[in-house]
Amino acid sequence: MTTQSIRWFWYASPQTFFPLAGKIARVCTLLAIIFSISGLYVGLFVAPTDATQGEAYRIIFIHVPAAWMSMFLYVVMASWAAVGLAMNTRLSAMMARALAPTGALFTFIALWTGSLWGKPTWGTWWVWDARLTSELILLFLYFGFIALQASIDERRRADRAGAVLAIVGVVNVPIIYYSVQWWNTLHQGASVSFTRAPSMAKTMFLGMILMALAFWMYSIAVAMTRVRCMIAEEER
Amino acid sequence: MLWRDLLLAVRRRSDVATALLFFVIVASLFPLGIGAEPERLRSIAPGVIWVAALLSSMLSLARLFAADYADGTLEQMLLGAAPLGVIVAAKSLAHWLVSGLPLVLIAPLIALQYDVAAPLYGVLALSLLLGTPILSLIGAIGAALTLGLRGGGVLISLLVLPLYVPVLILGAGAVAMADAGLSPEGQLLLLGALLIVAAAFAPWATAAALRISSE
Repeated sequence: MTTQSIRWFWYASPQTFFPLAGKIARVCTLLAIIFSISGLYVGLFVAPTDATQGEAYRIIFIHVPAAWMSMFLYVVMASWAAVGLAMNTRLSAMMARALAPTGALFTFIALWTGSLWGKPTWGTWWVWDARLTSELILLFLYFGFIALQASIDERRRADRAGAVLAIVGVVNVPIIYYSVQWWNTLHQGASVSFTRAPSMAKTMFLGMILMALAFWMYSIAVAMTRVRCMIAEEER
Repeated sequence: MLWRDLLLAVRRRSDVATALLFFVIVASLFPLGIGAEPERLRSIAPGVIWVAALLSSMLSLARLFAADYADGTLEQMLLGAAPLGVIVAAKSLAHWLVSGLPLVLIAPLIALQYDVAAPLYGVLALSLLLGTPILSLIGAIGAALTLGLRGGGVLISLLVLPLYVPVLILGAGAVAMADAGLSPEGQLLLLGALLIVAAAFAPWATAAALRISSE
């Protein structure tokens, strides 16, 4: 029991985490490449053409995993920030900081590919749909976090202020999501519905899962690399 | 505490008046930009009034803690015996009384300019009455986080406005519902629920943020 806890905290120190982060980053980069090649292959060549949407639907192999990651990474970021605030560990705050740009990137990709997909299928780049709007607000929340971190020079204060903001944001995300949904459903009939055909071909699902794994690995690899840079910069 | 902040606000009347004037001017700009057809104005009125309320409430946020921070009063509050959460709650309440309540009172006048039907005034005022305190409470978190930072004013808007979205949607939604002949009760109840949640948690988060900002 005690040895367990000692080993956990062993890696909580930036100095000891530095080489481990390097190893994780290398492994995850490799896995990300493998998963994305196989995921794209399954998605673009193996998966059958959708009956109603034609070839344009293939964007979901990027879009859906990116949307998953955008929301998931915000929660991960907020929980690292909370750990950093509660336990006062530098590394947790670094993790939160390292995840923010990746999360914002995935949010942006989800919005971007979504509008690329929306043009041929819905006939419009943008609708004020519940999901689109809440994803957009999520992007603003990421930007707020990054901007707050960037404008505070003192590292410790920046980390802790960012943590408070991230936690407040994570409490707010479900509220925002539901308020947007109510707003949308109350005001206009659902001209566009997000419900896809219930039966999804197995290969489509496989392609999506592979891409999701690839994005996971990419996020971990990038976050680890960023943490390494931060350690190298701040802990000399 | 509440009394002190109110007294300070009364002594510096121009601050209060500026925020209020800002609200009126923003609301008056829309007809100039969009065109003055009564039909169109009526349909955008709830949204415009609410957005103007959001912006004007945000405008005065930066001053919420700045003066106390500058002259060291805030440090005394941090060290004092009274729990910080309660002090923050009192300050948020004072901020609302100074910046939110006048908006509630003047909103029917704006609504009149927008040719909104008279029975809607009550709903509009009620939604603002429930909604603007939430703005003050959430805004206090942003004000505390950006205390003493360069470019704090712009940063506050980036932090706080996304969090204001539910209030905006529910508040403007309530008026639009009533306009459509439906009961706005659901939206108003949700606003009330948000207010209770914000009143319970926001002062606490603000207190934490103040401790971080002033160490």
